[in-house]
Amino acid sequence: MPESIITFDDQDLVLEAEETSVFYGSTLAVEEVSLQIPRNAIVSLIGPSGCGKSTVLRCFNRMNDLIPGARVTGSIKYQGVNVYDEDVDPTDIRFRIGMVFQRPNPFPKSIYDNVAFGPRVNGLTDDLDRVVEESLRRAALWDEVKDRLDDSGLGISGGQQQRLCIARALAVDPDVVLMDEPASALDPISTQAIEDLIRDLSSEVTIIIVTHNMHQATRISDYSAVMMVGEDRVGHLIEYGTNEQVFGNPVDPRTEAYVTGRIG
Amino acid sequence: MPNEQLDYQLAHLEAEIVLLGGLVETAIFKSVRALKNRDLDMSREVIAEDDRIDELETKIQNDCVEQIRRQAPLAVDLRRIVGMMFIANELERMGDYAEGISKVSINMGHEAPLKELEDIPKMADLAVSMMKRSIEAMTIDDRAESGRIAIEIENDDDEVDRLYEKVQKDIFALVEDDRERAVRGTYLMWAAHNIERVADRATNIAERAIFMSTGVIVGGNAEAQAAVSGEPSTVS
Repeated sequence: MPESIITFDDQDLVLEAEETSVFYGSTLAVEEVSLQIPRNAIVSLIGPSGCGKSTVLRCFNRMNDLIPGARVTGSIKYQGVNVYDEDVDPTDIRFRIGMVFQRPNPFPKSIYDNVAFGPRVNGLTDDLDRVVEESLRRAALWDEVKDRLDDSGLGISGGQQQRLCIARALAVDPDVVLMDEPASALDPISTQAIEDLIRDLSSEVTIIIVTHNMHQATRISDYSAVMMVGEDRVGHLIEYGTNEQVFGNPVDPRTEAYVTGRIG
Repeated sequence: MPNEQLDYQLAHLEAEIVLLGGLVETAIFKSVRALKNRDLDMSREVIAEDDRIDELETKIQNDCVEQIRRQAPLAVDLRRIVGMMFIANELERMGDYAEGISKVSINMGHEAPLKELEDIPKMADLAVSMMKRSIEAMTIDDRAESGRIAIEIENDDDEVDRLYEKVQKDIFALVEDDRERAVRGTYLMWAAHNIERVADRATNIAERAIFMSTGVIVGGNAEAQAAVSGEPSTVS
């Protein structure tokens, strides 16, 4: 590994991308990303638009499978197993590795049913009330919605909807939650609530978050990974380290140019 | 894509620091010349002119805060702005030492100094030269050259300390011979102490210049050497 990319002990890892490349049709979008994610860490993926950070994020739980023509090479190891192995069921992986998107996307169902959706799919019927309450509490939403659990999930504010989506992801007790710009559509107060929530959750789950907001990355994450499109028009991982390194004293001059606003 | 607005503001801040350094240089030289020549009017001038130093320092601090607010800088930009806030403060304190020397001079009244001033002006020459070079280390965009200057300044600080010890010994000897000289001896001791502090703060500026280019906060020669060479320091 180059000096600009941090590595961890194998026993501390929950996810590991090894020389992961992604093609859309015949176009190489991201080339040979090797990135280790330690357990219970918060890792930010940053970089200019189009650098492939969301593409890499979607590799971790095989969401790229849903994009026609997308093809992934290399490996993504979750707890040591390549999630792209033929005998791995992607639905199982997506229960273990949940996802929250940029725009809140609750189902057109009640708040309760949104949270209960995953556990029901998993066959849980007995203990649903407890799971729903616990998930909403973990998502710091319980106090705001406990008296209107039967109301539509679409009838609450944008910030609340995003926390509902986080509660929905947490209800199946995942190991990892992937977040693709989860606060970019929210106002500053709701953003603060989501950031506080992410920090609180890190004691229980590992979080990988794509963000355009570098100061958000410095506030909430433990490590940051920087991606950049080279002259080959392909996304590469150029630096991965502590925030002190990436935002304080970057190793790669391209990182410095990006975080100081001189490219991008 | 250059960040033109921030680059312009950083250059402007740097120019203000150089200007502040010039005011401090004048203040220190004048304060020592006034002390040596017993020119009380010049001592009073230095005290009056310290307001200008204080005002410029406040302006630089405010300008730095404004840029942090507007630009939320990161990496080298953040280090440069934080470094310049620190350096402005160090320079302002140097101005206070010039004021201190001037107050000593005024307190001495028209009394002749205990001895002919030789080493104290030498200390002042060296301390001011250190201060000017430390600002140069801040302005050049060359970490190896900044490091070389910083190490040179650390060495000169040892020379200032040596001169300060000599001044102390000379004064102790004169006072020992005749206790009536104690007050006049103490005046000179204060003046020498103020200059010794100027030199110390010049080394602080040089260390901060290394931080601005490398991101490493150093204390002393070996650490400065290690920081600019990129090798880990073995000094604890």
